[in-house]
Amino acid sequence: MLTIESINTYYGNIRALKNISIDIAQGEIVALIGANGAGKTTTLKSISGITPPRTGRIRFMGKEIQNAAPEKIVAMGLCHVPEGRHIFPQLSVMENLEMGAFLRRDKAEIKKDLDYIMSLFPILAQRRKQAGGTLSGGEQQMLAISRALMGRPKLLLLDEPSLGLAPLIIRQIFEIIEQINRSGTTIFLIEQNANLALKSSHRGYVMENGEITLTDTADKLLSNEDVKKAYLGI
Amino acid sequence: MEQFLEYFLSGLTRGSIYALIALGYTMVYGIIGLINFAHGEIYMIGAFTALIVATALTFLGFPPLAILLLAALAAVIWASAYGFTIEKVAYKPLRGAQRLSPLISAIGMSIFLQNYVMLAQTSDFLRFPALIPDFKWLAPWSHIMSTSRFTILVTAAAAMIFLTLLIKYTRTGKAMRATSQDREMALLVGVNVDRVISSTFIIGSALAAIGGLLIASHVGQINYYVGFIAGLKAFTAAVLGGIGSIPGAVLGGLILGWTESFATGYVSSEYEDVFAFGLLVLILILRPSGILGKNTAQKV
Ligand SMILES: Nc1ncnc2c1ncn2[C@@H]1O[C@H](COP(=O)(O)OP(=O)(O)OP(=O)(O)O)[C@@H](O)[C@H]1O
Ligand SMILES: [Mg+2]
Repeated sequence: MLTIESINTYYGNIRALKNISIDIAQGEIVALIGANGAGKTTTLKSISGITPPRTGRIRFMGKEIQNAAPEKIVAMGLCHVPEGRHIFPQLSVMENLEMGAFLRRDKAEIKKDLDYIMSLFPILAQRRKQAGGTLSGGEQQMLAISRALMGRPKLLLLDEPSLGLAPLIIRQIFEIIEQINRSGTTIFLIEQNANLALKSSHRGYVMENGEITLTDTADKLLSNEDVKKAYLGI
Repeated sequence: MEQFLEYFLSGLTRGSIYALIALGYTMVYGIIGLINFAHGEIYMIGAFTALIVATALTFLGFPPLAILLLAALAAVIWASAYGFTIEKVAYKPLRGAQRLSPLISAIGMSIFLQNYVMLAQTSDFLRFPALIPDFKWLAPWSHIMSTSRFTILVTAAAAMIFLTLLIKYTRTGKAMRATSQDREMALLVGVNVDRVISSTFIIGSALAAIGGLLIASHVGQINYYVGFIAGLKAFTAAVLGGIGSIPGAVLGGLILGWTESFATGYVSSEYEDVFAFGLLVLILILRPSGILGKNTAQKV
């Protein structure tokens, strides 16, 4: 579904990604783990067109997207929930959700999806008129994921969904992620919480200093000695 | 009391013109964090366009109402085209550059347009025809509510209501709000940010052109420099109300208009600017982000 071939992304002269290659198949949950500053966020931003790679190719559903504008990429069904959630602070919960469907014109279907999301997250239904910026961290993460779902993604990119949340909420969020995947959406997940991420995923990639150093099935990574030492704190 | 009412209405009239222009400053600032110093010149170009079209149509013998509407339409379209082009030429190439660069580019654009109009037209004041025929039914109140004052108030109010509805309910409006709150996220939900920025310049320019047309026909004369003065006042109004805030621009415009008109009325017209800018300094000391501005409004 998504094939990244040897991309290099720069911030000015700083090379943040070094020949990154990643493959994601339809229906998978794939995790990307790594320390602070490894280049995980940059990888997602390169895919969604915020920081396009200087060299290399990215193919999504058979089409090259490394030079496409972000709105073209969203329109193809690739939605990105960024690190830090990025809720529109002064838009209401409802308006935030509507923004997720910005490129869609099928009003009746949008209404259906809104109702579905409100039933999935009753707390968002309760807060529908409240400004997004006033929600708690957990509610904001639910809103951020829901907003992306409003774009009817085929592939969902999630950047550290557990960041700054209490364990109970994290478990809830991960249950939701697995549920979204079961209903047919492919997921590419970034986490510093490697243990959690790998337990929910089919496969994983390990990233260090802008390079992919290891890739395997999630189970094998969980039992890999180097990974255990570096990322699982065991 | 009669006098108070006169000052009040005269301040309201001025203030609504300041507000119309201030909206352009505040909207552009809200989206790209730039003070568009050439915005006053857009207002001036709107007034000149209306003058040229009105003169030509008068010469051709068009009826007054047709002249008014066509001149307004031409002013809005032509000023919007200028606003659109200025952004593409002077600001877009500098996106992502240091903060000071687009600001200097804006000042350069302002000076360029003033001099361009001075050379292409003249540096003298040109008489601006009274485009609006006197309303007979206003005659009993004509001592406080002239036809042109009435037209300014109604048109400005209509333009502001139109803008509010546009921003609240249309797709473009929603995209503008989203972009001003979080540009990266707007990109990620599929907003074409370049188009939003262009729309902002076009809408702001259209409002300024309407302001230019109204004030020119109220005052009865224009020259290449009117945009600079009006721009400065409107910018003051935007900062007063809280730059980036749309209700703030309207409130700031009205407060500035009233300050000037009461200062002129009760003190002396020479003190008009002293009070206006004194008020600005006072507000900035007491509330640096302006009356309705967000304290956190720091665009980078
Ligand atoms: N806007 C930027 N300008 C310059 N350098 C940047 C920018 N954003 C990121 N970098 C650098 O690129 C490298 C990769 O950053 P990135 O945000 O992708 O890391 P990350 O793996 O997501 O880290 P974290 O776990 O802390 O979120 C870092 O060295 C970072 O300093
Ligand atoms: Mg990151």
